[in-house]
Amino acid sequence: MKVSELVEKLGLKVYCGNNGLENEISNGYTSDLLSDVMGHADAGCAWITLQTHKNVMAIASLKDLSAVILVKGFEPETDMAAQSDEEGIPVLGTSEEAFTISGKLFNLLINCK
Amino acid sequence: MMHFEFHVEGGNFLKAGAASSQLKKILKQLNVDPKTIKRVVVAMYEAEVNIVAHAYKGDIYIDIDTKKIEITLIDEGPGIPDIDLAMKQGFSTASSVVREMGFGAGMGLPNIKNNSDELTITSEVNKGTTVKFATYLNQ
Repeated sequence: MKVSELVEKLGLKVYCGNNGLENEISNGYTSDLLSDVMGHADAGCAWITLQTHKNVMAIASLKDLSAVILVKGFEPETDMAAQSDEEGIPVLGTSEEAFTISGKLFNLLINCK
Repeated sequence: MMHFEFHVEGGNFLKAGAASSQLKKILKQLNVDPKTIKRVVVAMYEAEVNIVAHAYKGDIYIDIDTKKIEITLIDEGPGIPDIDLAMKQGFSTASSVVREMGFGAGMGLPNIKNNSDELTITSEVNKGTTVKFATYLNQ
Protein backbone atom coordinates (compact mmCIF):
# COMPACT_ATOMS: atom_id res chain seq x y z
CA MET A 1 0.00 0.00 0.00
CA LYS A 2 1.27 3.45 -0.87
CA VAL A 3 1.70 6.11 1.82
CA SER A 4 -0.84 8.30 0.00
CA GLU A 5 -3.49 5.55 0.22
CA LEU A 6 -2.78 5.14 3.93
CA VAL A 7 -3.18 8.88 4.47
CA GLU A 8 -6.57 8.77 2.76
CA LYS A 9 -7.85 5.60 4.46
CA LEU A 10 -6.82 6.59 7.99
CA GLY A 11 -7.44 10.33 7.63
CA LEU A 12 -3.82 11.18 8.53
CA LYS A 13 -2.21 14.61 8.38
CA VAL A 14 0.84 15.01 6.13
CA TYR A 15 3.31 17.28 7.92
CA CYS A 16 6.27 16.94 5.57
CA GLY A 17 8.11 14.63 3.20
CA ASN A 18 5.45 14.94 0.49
CA ASN A 19 7.97 13.72 -2.07
CA GLY A 20 7.73 10.27 -0.44
CA LEU A 21 3.95 9.83 -0.63
CA GLU A 22 4.38 7.14 -3.27
CA ASN A 23 6.60 5.04 -0.94
CA GLU A 24 5.29 1.52 -0.48
CA ILE A 25 4.34 0.43 3.05
CA SER A 26 4.67 -3.30 3.67
CA ASN A 27 4.49 -3.47 7.46
CA GLY A 28 4.35 -1.43 10.64
CA TYR A 29 6.42 -1.00 13.81
CA THR A 30 5.28 0.69 17.00
CA SER A 31 7.94 1.84 19.47
CA ASP A 32 9.36 4.93 21.16
CA LEU A 33 12.76 3.34 21.84
CA LEU A 34 15.14 4.21 19.04
CA SER A 35 17.44 1.22 19.45
CA ASP A 36 14.42 -1.09 19.40
CA VAL A 37 13.45 0.27 15.99
CA MET A 38 17.08 0.23 14.87
CA GLY A 39 17.47 -3.41 15.85
CA HIS A 40 14.10 -4.82 14.82
CA ALA A 41 12.04 -2.77 12.32
CA ASP A 42 12.08 -4.01 8.71
CA ALA A 43 12.58 -1.90 5.59
CA GLY A 44 9.26 -0.62 4.23
CA CYS A 45 7.66 -0.19 7.67
CA ALA A 46 5.50 2.69 8.80
CA TRP A 47 6.94 3.63 12.22
CA ILE A 48 4.35 4.66 14.82
CA THR A 49 5.83 6.78 17.63
CA LEU A 50 5.51 9.86 19.83
CA GLN A 51 9.16 10.91 19.30
CA THR A 52 9.31 14.18 17.35
CA HIS A 53 13.06 14.93 16.96
CA LYS A 54 15.52 14.71 14.09
CA ASN A 55 17.09 11.42 15.17
CA VAL A 56 13.83 9.66 14.24
CA MET A 57 14.50 10.60 10.60
CA ALA A 58 18.13 9.43 10.82
CA ILE A 59 16.89 6.00 11.88
CA ALA A 60 14.02 5.97 9.36
CA SER A 61 16.54 6.69 6.61
CA LEU A 62 19.18 4.19 7.77
CA LYS A 63 16.50 1.48 8.03
CA ASP A 64 14.75 2.39 4.74
CA LEU A 65 11.40 2.91 6.48
CA SER A 66 8.54 4.25 4.33
CA ALA A 67 6.87 6.74 6.70
CA VAL A 68 6.65 7.90 10.31
CA ILE A 69 3.27 8.30 12.01
CA LEU A 70 3.17 10.61 15.05
CA VAL A 71 0.43 9.83 17.55
CA LYS A 72 -1.78 11.89 19.89
CA GLY A 73 -1.46 15.09 17.88
CA PHE A 74 2.33 15.36 18.27
CA GLU A 75 3.98 17.47 15.55
CA PRO A 76 7.50 17.13 14.12
CA GLU A 77 10.18 19.57 15.31
CA THR A 78 11.54 21.89 12.61
CA ASP A 79 14.74 19.94 11.99
CA MET A 80 12.82 16.66 11.86
CA ALA A 81 10.55 18.14 9.18
CA ALA A 82 13.55 19.41 7.20
CA GLN A 83 15.19 16.00 7.19
CA SER A 84 11.91 14.32 6.26
CA ASP A 85 11.74 16.50 3.14
CA GLU A 86 15.38 15.82 2.37
CA GLU A 87 15.04 12.05 2.72
CA GLY A 88 11.61 11.74 1.09
CA ILE A 89 10.20 9.95 4.11
CA PRO A 90 6.83 11.48 5.03
CA VAL A 91 5.94 12.33 8.62
CA LEU A 92 2.22 11.79 9.14
CA GLY A 93 0.04 12.58 12.11
CA THR A 94 -3.04 11.34 13.94
CA SER A 95 -4.90 12.48 17.05
CA GLU A 96 -5.30 8.82 18.04
CA GLU A 97 -2.99 6.94 20.39
CA ALA A 98 -0.46 4.33 19.37
CA PHE A 99 -2.66 1.30 20.24
CA THR A 100 -5.59 2.48 18.15
CA ILE A 101 -3.66 3.61 15.08
CA SER A 102 -1.50 0.46 15.18
CA GLY A 103 -4.66 -1.66 15.15
CA LYS A 104 -6.08 0.23 12.20
CA LEU A 105 -2.82 -0.03 10.25
CA PHE A 106 -2.60 -3.75 11.04
CA ASN A 107 -6.11 -4.36 9.72
CA LEU A 108 -5.46 -2.41 6.54
CA LEU A 109 -2.21 -4.23 5.81
CA ILE A 110 -3.69 -7.68 6.58
CA ASN A 111 -6.49 -7.01 4.11
CA CYS A 112 -4.18 -6.09 1.26
CA LYS A 113 -1.99 -9.19 1.62
CA MET B 1 41.70 -2.35 0.82
CA MET B 2 39.81 0.87 1.49
CA HIS B 3 40.01 3.15 4.48
CA PHE B 4 37.62 5.83 5.73
CA GLU B 5 37.63 8.06 8.82
CA PHE B 6 34.95 10.07 10.57
CA HIS B 7 35.00 12.40 13.55
CA VAL B 8 32.14 12.40 16.09
CA GLU B 9 31.30 15.20 18.55
CA GLY B 10 30.10 14.15 21.98
CA GLY B 11 26.71 15.55 22.95
CA ASN B 12 25.72 16.70 19.47
CA PHE B 13 22.54 14.74 18.73
CA LEU B 14 21.80 16.87 15.67
CA LYS B 15 24.66 15.14 13.88
CA ALA B 16 24.14 11.67 15.36
CA GLY B 17 23.99 9.12 12.57
CA ALA B 18 25.79 11.27 9.99
CA ALA B 19 28.80 8.95 9.81
CA SER B 20 26.52 5.89 9.61
CA SER B 21 24.64 7.50 6.75
CA GLN B 22 27.92 8.13 4.90
CA LEU B 23 29.00 4.54 5.47
CA LYS B 24 25.68 3.25 4.13
CA LYS B 25 26.19 5.25 0.92
CA ILE B 26 29.76 3.95 0.54
CA LEU B 27 28.68 0.32 1.00
CA LYS B 28 25.87 0.75 -1.52
CA GLN B 29 28.33 2.18 -4.04
CA LEU B 30 30.60 -0.80 -3.44
CA ASN B 31 27.65 -3.11 -4.20
CA VAL B 32 27.86 -4.84 -0.84
CA ASP B 33 25.02 -7.32 -0.31
CA PRO B 34 21.96 -5.44 1.13
CA LYS B 35 21.63 -7.82 4.11
CA THR B 36 25.24 -7.15 5.09
CA ILE B 37 24.71 -3.39 4.68
CA LYS B 38 21.73 -3.59 7.03
CA ARG B 39 23.75 -5.37 9.72
CA VAL B 40 26.75 -3.06 9.45
CA VAL B 41 24.56 0.05 9.53
CA VAL B 42 22.73 -1.03 12.71
CA ALA B 43 25.99 -1.80 14.53
CA MET B 44 27.68 1.37 13.26
CA TYR B 45 24.75 3.62 14.23
CA GLU B 46 24.63 2.25 17.76
CA ALA B 47 28.37 2.67 18.22
CA GLU B 48 28.25 6.20 16.79
CA VAL B 49 25.35 7.20 19.06
CA ASN B 50 27.22 5.77 22.05
CA ILE B 51 30.00 8.31 21.43
CA VAL B 52 27.44 11.13 21.10
CA ALA B 53 25.55 10.06 24.25
CA HIS B 54 28.49 9.19 26.51
CA ALA B 55 31.85 10.53 25.30
CA TYR B 56 33.41 13.96 24.72
CA LYS B 57 34.60 13.14 21.23
CA GLY B 58 35.61 10.20 19.12
CA ASP B 59 37.03 8.99 15.84
CA ILE B 60 35.78 6.20 13.63
CA TYR B 61 38.13 4.20 11.41
CA ILE B 62 36.67 1.92 8.75
CA ASP B 63 38.64 -0.65 6.80
CA ILE B 64 37.06 -2.62 4.01
CA ASP B 65 38.70 -5.47 2.15
CA THR B 66 37.30 -8.39 0.18
CA LYS B 67 36.63 -10.45 3.30
CA LYS B 68 35.24 -8.06 5.91
CA ILE B 69 34.26 -4.59 7.01
CA GLU B 70 36.16 -3.65 10.16
CA ILE B 71 35.09 -0.64 12.19
CA THR B 72 37.06 0.83 15.11
CA LEU B 73 35.60 3.61 17.27
CA ILE B 74 37.98 5.30 19.68
CA ASP B 75 36.55 7.85 22.08
CA GLU B 76 37.74 10.15 24.82
CA GLY B 77 35.23 9.92 27.61
CA PRO B 78 34.27 8.49 30.98
CA GLY B 79 35.03 4.89 29.98
CA ILE B 80 33.08 1.79 31.02
CA PRO B 81 33.90 0.42 34.50
CA ASP B 82 32.19 -2.95 33.96
CA ILE B 83 31.94 -4.04 30.31
CA ASP B 84 30.04 -7.27 31.07
CA LEU B 85 27.36 -5.26 32.86
CA ALA B 86 27.23 -2.72 30.01
CA MET B 87 26.64 -5.57 27.53
CA LYS B 88 23.48 -6.66 29.38
CA GLN B 89 20.22 -5.94 27.59
CA GLY B 90 18.45 -3.11 29.44
CA PHE B 91 21.48 -1.76 31.31
CA SER B 92 22.19 1.91 30.61
CA THR B 93 23.90 4.87 32.25
CA ALA B 94 22.34 7.41 29.86
CA SER B 95 21.05 10.69 31.28
CA SER B 96 17.32 11.34 31.68
CA VAL B 97 17.39 13.84 28.81
CA VAL B 98 18.90 11.22 26.50
CA ARG B 99 16.32 8.65 27.67
CA GLU B 100 13.43 10.98 26.99
CA MET B 101 14.59 11.12 23.37
CA GLY B 102 14.15 7.35 23.24
CA PHE B 103 17.84 6.53 23.51
CA GLY B 104 19.45 4.84 26.51
CA ALA B 105 17.23 1.77 26.60
CA GLY B 106 20.23 -0.49 27.12
CA MET B 107 19.85 -2.05 23.68
CA GLY B 108 22.76 -0.42 21.86
CA LEU B 109 25.62 -2.77 22.72
CA PRO B 110 23.40 -5.86 22.29
CA ASN B 111 22.44 -4.51 18.83
CA ILE B 112 26.14 -4.17 17.96
CA LYS B 113 26.81 -7.73 19.14
CA ASN B 114 23.87 -9.16 17.18
CA ASN B 115 24.88 -7.38 13.99
CA SER B 116 28.60 -8.09 13.91
CA ASP B 117 30.75 -11.22 13.59
CA GLU B 118 33.61 -10.04 15.83
CA LEU B 119 33.37 -7.57 18.70
CA THR B 120 36.01 -6.35 21.14
CA ILE B 121 35.47 -3.58 23.69
CA THR B 122 38.30 -2.18 25.76
CA SER B 123 37.94 0.72 28.15
CA GLU B 124 39.78 2.75 30.70
CA VAL B 125 37.77 4.73 33.25
CA ASN B 126 38.17 8.53 32.84
CA LYS B 127 40.08 8.03 29.60
CA GLY B 128 37.89 6.45 27.00
CA THR B 129 36.56 3.42 25.20
CA THR B 130 37.51 1.56 22.06
CA VAL B 131 34.89 -0.51 20.32
CA LYS B 132 36.09 -2.67 17.45
CA PHE B 133 33.81 -4.84 15.40
CA ALA B 134 33.84 -6.61 12.07
CA THR B 135 31.19 -7.93 9.76
CA TYR B 136 32.13 -10.58 7.21
CA LEU B 137 31.40 -10.22 3.54
CA ASN B 138 30.39 -13.70 2.44
CA GLN B 139 30.15 -13.42 -1.31
